[in-house]
Amino acid sequence: MVVTAARTPLYEEHVRLGAQMTNFGGWVMPLQYSTIREEHRAVREAVGLFDLSHMGELRIKDEGLAQRVVSRDVTRLRPGRIQYALLCNQNGGIIDDVLVYAMADGSHLLVVNAGNQDGDFDWIRGQGNESSSVLNVGREWALIGVQGPRAVGLVQRLTTAELGNVKYYAFVEGSVADVPCVISRTGYTGEDGFELFCGNADAVRLWRALLGEGQSDGIRPAGLGARDTLRLEAGMRLYGNDMDADTNPLEAGLDWTLNLDKDFIGRDAIVRAREQGPSRLLVGFKVLDRSIPRHGYSVVSDGERVGTVTSGNVSFTLGYNIGMAYVPPALAEPGTPLGVDVRGTAALAEVVQLPFYKRPHPK
Amino acid sequence: MADLSGMRFAQTHEWVMKDGETATVGITEYAQSQLGDVIYLELPAVGQQLDAGARLGVIESVKAASDLYSPVGGEVTEVNAELKDHPEYVNQDPFGKGWIIKLRAVKDNPKLLDRKAYDAFVQGQAH
Repeated sequence: MVVTAARTPLYEEHVRLGAQMTNFGGWVMPLQYSTIREEHRAVREAVGLFDLSHMGELRIKDEGLAQRVVSRDVTRLRPGRIQYALLCNQNGGIIDDVLVYAMADGSHLLVVNAGNQDGDFDWIRGQGNESSSVLNVGREWALIGVQGPRAVGLVQRLTTAELGNVKYYAFVEGSVADVPCVISRTGYTGEDGFELFCGNADAVRLWRALLGEGQSDGIRPAGLGARDTLRLEAGMRLYGNDMDADTNPLEAGLDWTLNLDKDFIGRDAIVRAREQGPSRLLVGFKVLDRSIPRHGYSVVSDGERVGTVTSGNVSFTLGYNIGMAYVPPALAEPGTPLGVDVRGTAALAEVVQLPFYKRPHPK
Repeated sequence: MADLSGMRFAQTHEWVMKDGETATVGITEYAQSQLGDVIYLELPAVGQQLDAGARLGVIESVKAASDLYSPVGGEVTEVNAELKDHPEYVNQDPFGKGWIIKLRAVKDNPKLLDRKAYDAFVQGQAH
């Protein structure tokens, strides 16, 4: 069997820009165009442009169904607003982390992880009464991220929509560079900025317009490499790395995404888990020497293996190495010393508060 | 650029350049392009004896940790101390200021490739 990775409508643009491509979630995506360090810095200091068209989009037309599968109360979400939420299984395990958009027509749009798109679709459809109440629209839409301190100014120059009125985790429909878009003030980098949804046919036009107009801002196209180092600094979990179907939201530190006073799939199991108390917690840590923690490395304390690193890398912004790991609750307090087993040597680390990085002037 | 015609290459993508008794070792342009941003190197102590093909250290990039192998045998006489604060030299100038270690009393390793053979080997790997 030959499985061919799907191409986004911007594939040719990436090749033209000299990107190194990689397979991710069933898609062939840009890993980096120049260096991860430069792209990371551009997003922190100026603006970066991301092709996020691999992300999945599911439209749920039945509000009762959305309420049943999503961990937060979607009935309290006003049209034009967005929530970060989870899809959980009956055991309270995390199936996916998603953004829920409340659309003007009363439907809900779920933006889901690329590799989970078809699984989420089948699963949600299986919970509904009518198969027509869920649409998998991910392959019809492109998604372009514009992230960094200069992102808002850049997008504003290309649209008549008043972006000052679009708050964080809100969206409007409008045109950017004459391309009809959903303009969403969201991101996965820890910076201000937008994610722009448009039809596949318009994606190249929008991408080129942003790249051209952004030259004076110092814009750089940025790949999945920088996306990962940026999200880690911002303390954002990566599905499949930091959590999966065997992780419950309490362990992952995502209590705030739960509305336990409403019914949803997995709620009862999560309530029971809360009564018992979690046996492990996701923490952030900084490494005190030059070692780089990696996914899968063991966490040790007093010579015993007590946990596992889920993400780790250099923090270009902070100048030291950081990671996230599951540890017993007794070792989860900031300031707690931990060891990370790096090739047989215990590198000294210390639990720190998440996120590692917060942008200087959040709006 | 210096004359690199005497440079020899391992299939694990290290290069070695002999100058009298001393051999300088680094990684190739192809290797650095595959690794991406180098952020840390774990290197042997001066005085350590290495056999040809022995693990000499670890190179960490943003993407992954990879083992480094010594293309020739000998005693480590110097490690590139500049790389501690500037690991990016390995990316910027892998055949020059991104050199990694120097060895003494080097025995020749007949398995190493010359430039032409190495380039052909890389071509074969890329497809």
